[in-house]
Amino acid sequence: MEQVKAIVLRAAGVNCDLETQHALELAGAEVDRIHINRVIEDTSILDGYHILVFPGGFSYGDDVAAGKILANQIVHHLTDAIKKFIASGKLVLGICNGFQVLVKTGILPGVNGGDIGSLSGQAVSITDNDSGKFEDRWVYLAPAAARCVFIDPDTRIYLPIAHAEGKVVAKNSDALEELRSQGHVAFRYVDADGEEGPFPVNPNGSMDSIAGLTDSTGRVLGLMPHPERYVHRTQHPHWQRLDQQSLPDGRSIFDNAVNYVRSTL
Amino acid sequence: MRQWRIEVSSRAGFADTRGQDVREDIQELGISTVESVHSAKVYLIEADFDADFAERVAGELLTDTVCQEYRIGRSVPPAGPMSATVIEVHLKSGVTDPVAESVAGALADMGAGNVETVRTARKYILLGNISDDERDTISRRVLGNDCIEDVICGTDAEPPSPHTLPYELKITEMPVRTLNDDELVALSKDSDLFLTLVEMQTIQNHYRMLEREPTDIELETLAQTWSEHCVHKTLKSSVDMDFDGEHIHFDNLLKETVFQATQELDKDWCISVFEDNAGVVKFDDTDAICFKVETHNHPSALDPYGGAATGIGGVIRDPMGTGMGAKPIANTDIFCFGLPDKKLDEIPKGVLHPRRVMKGVVGGVRDYGNRMGIPTVNGAIYFDDRYMANPLVFCGNIGILPNDQCFKHQQSGNAVIVVGGRTGRDGIHGATFSSGQMTHEHEDIFSHAVQIGNPIVEKKMLDALLQAREAGLYEAITDCGAGGLSSAVGEMGEKLGAVVDLEKVPLKYAGLNYTEIWISEAQERMVISVKPENVEAICRLFASEDVEATVIGAFTDDRKLTLRYGGQQVAQLDMEFLHEGVSKYSRKARWHSKKLSEPDIAKKDDYNDDLLEILSSYNVASKEWVIRQYDHEVQGGSVIKPLTGACNDGPSDAAVVRPKLNSEKGVAISCGMNPLYGDIDPYWMALSGIDEAIRNIICVGARPDRIALLDNYCWGDCSKAETLGSLVRASMACYDGAMGFSSPFISGKDSMNPECVCDDGTQIAIPATLLISAMSLVDDVNKCVSMDVKRAGNLLFAVGITKNELGGSHYYKIRGELGCNVPKVDIKTSAETARRIHRAICDGLIVSCHDCSEGGLAVALAEMAFAGDLGITADLRGLPVSDDCIRADMRLFSESNSRYIVEVEPEKYDEFAKLMLNVPFGQIGEVAEDSRLVIQDEGQKSVIDMDLKTLREAWKKPLMLS
Repeated sequence: MEQVKAIVLRAAGVNCDLETQHALELAGAEVDRIHINRVIEDTSILDGYHILVFPGGFSYGDDVAAGKILANQIVHHLTDAIKKFIASGKLVLGICNGFQVLVKTGILPGVNGGDIGSLSGQAVSITDNDSGKFEDRWVYLAPAAARCVFIDPDTRIYLPIAHAEGKVVAKNSDALEELRSQGHVAFRYVDADGEEGPFPVNPNGSMDSIAGLTDSTGRVLGLMPHPERYVHRTQHPHWQRLDQQSLPDGRSIFDNAVNYVRSTL
Repeated sequence: MRQWRIEVSSRAGFADTRGQDVREDIQELGISTVESVHSAKVYLIEADFDADFAERVAGELLTDTVCQEYRIGRSVPPAGPMSATVIEVHLKSGVTDPVAESVAGALADMGAGNVETVRTARKYILLGNISDDERDTISRRVLGNDCIEDVICGTDAEPPSPHTLPYELKITEMPVRTLNDDELVALSKDSDLFLTLVEMQTIQNHYRMLEREPTDIELETLAQTWSEHCVHKTLKSSVDMDFDGEHIHFDNLLKETVFQATQELDKDWCISVFEDNAGVVKFDDTDAICFKVETHNHPSALDPYGGAATGIGGVIRDPMGTGMGAKPIANTDIFCFGLPDKKLDEIPKGVLHPRRVMKGVVGGVRDYGNRMGIPTVNGAIYFDDRYMANPLVFCGNIGILPNDQCFKHQQSGNAVIVVGGRTGRDGIHGATFSSGQMTHEHEDIFSHAVQIGNPIVEKKMLDALLQAREAGLYEAITDCGAGGLSSAVGEMGEKLGAVVDLEKVPLKYAGLNYTEIWISEAQERMVISVKPENVEAICRLFASEDVEATVIGAFTDDRKLTLRYGGQQVAQLDMEFLHEGVSKYSRKARWHSKKLSEPDIAKKDDYNDDLLEILSSYNVASKEWVIRQYDHEVQGGSVIKPLTGACNDGPSDAAVVRPKLNSEKGVAISCGMNPLYGDIDPYWMALSGIDEAIRNIICVGARPDRIALLDNYCWGDCSKAETLGSLVRASMACYDGAMGFSSPFISGKDSMNPECVCDDGTQIAIPATLLISAMSLVDDVNKCVSMDVKRAGNLLFAVGITKNELGGSHYYKIRGELGCNVPKVDIKTSAETARRIHRAICDGLIVSCHDCSEGGLAVALAEMAFAGDLGITADLRGLPVSDDCIRADMRLFSESNSRYIVEVEPEKYDEFAKLMLNVPFGQIGEVAEDSRLVIQDEGQKSVIDMDLKTLREAWKKPLMLS
């Protein structure tokens, strides 16, 4: 693949689209930010892209629940188009609100893409932080799913979260066990030494410290932390204390995605 | 058509966080009878769909079935031994319900067919033996706010449907020509016009000349345009001042102080100052930045959440309405509250508890700012009991816009288009307020009635407007703020004229009369001026982003404001009379220097306890609880975040953001304010605020030659000569400070605040409060410096002289003393010091820099140490001091201005010392490996010796609220 093309979906209340575009461009992708209304009008727009990104924000105000209204819109208008997109070997990334949308449409954890569109049959969801409050803080993430093409499987990364509804929950212990055993857990919250722990290590009380999920293909990733907010050295909260050379941790997610498309599609 | 009621609550095994919060709030009220609280969201949907479809709506849309369950119909309280009290909170008719709007859209996506109305409510089931009194207290103080909500207890009846009757045109004349003075005053009062007798006489003479009577809407338009909020009658009046017996005269106070400094400085980088909705300065070769700070005090006192949310929402529209429209890049917020640990019985009747005010205000700013995707990067909170009845909420916004789009190109023939939200009865004076709440009557109350904002409407309007600006589809833009369409269209058409057909304005619901449409302060609306040939294209663009845009009239060239409803003229006003007709005022002011003295405080062997007490005083204590609720990183531009250091918990002096992700240039933002100094002398308070804002911005590496200042005055009743006198003193300081630092003011705002009359008749006035905000440029953000110490062995220097200036200090405050030696400013030395510090930062000589302010040297060193997670060993012998600054406690806690603490690597010492030649500085210690702060006095005796953990905990604990 010569030129990797990414589409960043906009909708009312989405607000991390520009910096997500910037991060993808740093990784070498050509990026368009497109309003979901255009895609609903003509789903063939998606054919021209290799990476579909649902960026962060508060789509439709997170009214009812985070990501719910946008998820409802996608299920009723874009289910087939997104199934086709994933089936053709392309990548989907959901960050923060985008992750919430992916889970609430059933795209994640998604078994073979089969659960998409089943709004009432969810086994996993994302709900209010245990603190009951919006929190902006930096967290360490341990990679957990080797098949996920966005991830460096051996590298712990440091990224900011900024959300009020980031607690990953499973309907019951079987559902949680399935996430684990089927390798759906992409990232876990850990401390600087790689150990799981209570707040603030796990900033929202997620079950099993889950910070991100992937589907069975490994080509769909959703995560609460914001990789696009750490692609420049000065975005680190105490960059003045860091070694000059270190590459910002958020870069790897976008670089891996673009490199995967380049070498595979 | 059926009414469906769907209740959604947490499933067993999943936390009911809302219920838990409510229970905690109830316990904070001192009510212990409530054992547990269950909460549910209630949706009331009037629609044609059947029961099967209702199940789908509940199960697929409204309920997260993983962690929630639903019930169609009304749920009954759980069976059990404890008695249950059911309380429902519904929004009052006409109050914006954003969730309902989103649900209506989602129902359309589901194919729900005809949906008449969607409403939402919250239901609480309180378990426990609660008395009726307790139930009422809980309803009033925790669950509902009767400004905007109806609380319904123990009934099965649904609240009345919000349908309103359509409006039938009835033009009302308000005869004024034959009224006597008493009758004119009565008319102004009865109609809530808040016009003075002189103003009413001016209007009377005008209509006598016209030989007709005004209509109601004409009087309202004049009242809005001539309001204190819009024309700053106080600051622009002529003033005769008695200053310690000496007479000083100002023809126009504002023009001869704040404005005059800007004019005299005449900076070529100032693009548009005091003209537009925000002050605009140059950023780089292609772009400019603009900054505006507003207050939203009275609405926040009544409905802290809604008032603060619409405060930030409103100020964001200022940069959006500046020039041809800026893109917002950062928010600031500064709050003044009563002390949060006040006992309930110490709260005056009708006043909300400071803790509730604080939680609500923070929540409002959080939810609006975060949803808009604008980082909230800088702020401050001051606590003083005099703010209890009048909390102050300052919200600021900074925007970026192209250099060649800084001015509007208004012309006649263009269409008047209103975009964004719909118009309702929001904020129409008197309509949403019951008279019972207006114990402190003032026009600001009326011009800012309580509203609920909908940030997503504003966000999508912003997305669409920026595209329309890029495409060159409009010629001018302004926001609908105070005064609504009346102010927006009135201002845009000032030099031209305008005709508006009021029935074309899209409404939230039927029934508004023409005056209500015209003066409604409904949120999230902007007015643009569009060439006829572009109308279709711009309307198509807005529609493609689901934003409403409606042509409501045209700009003319007759210099008249003509208003019609259904084709009939309801008003015609001369633009000149509207904008120039307001009478000028002359006022008396008096300032007699206060006779105060210094307290007598015994010397102590060490000051460990004093430092701990100051660190844990509310004004100094960590604001992390607030800061972390704000998204301070969205847009990806943050360089200096509000919290920094080894553990990301140190207090930054200023914020730096990089507005263009492909550029290394940054914008720095800071503030300065210290109302306590004003209790001694508002002149030095104001200069201290300017000095502090400048120090803060210099600390992070911003340029001293590009600092732009903003003033926000919040004063008491300026009809009192003493109160106005203190405002004059502060204004004189603004002139001197701006000139001395060569930093022009680019924008400002004032708010006159009434005194609160308590039950026992005592009056509480807010302290004279001047917020100074500063904005400057950073040429290369990679050189920015943070305040945390970096490495053991590095040297620490104090730059600037420590003087015997403990007046208004925290050291005195913890003893209940005020003192008289208020910190002064030697502007010339201060400006030179700032330039040298900046040079040292640019040359890479400084690795950390922190300003010395509240709590003095001891607090600054403690903060630098625990932020860097490294010890500091310091010694007061090296501290540059004035001759009368002898005692150790003075040196530790003096709040003298213009001081910086800097950390320098030993190998850079020579270069640093050379650069500081002729500036007062001295080495005071070094960074240590151990985790202690040790400060020794002249005789090398430790006056401070404590471990960092103790210091950090003392500083963090007070405001770690649940």
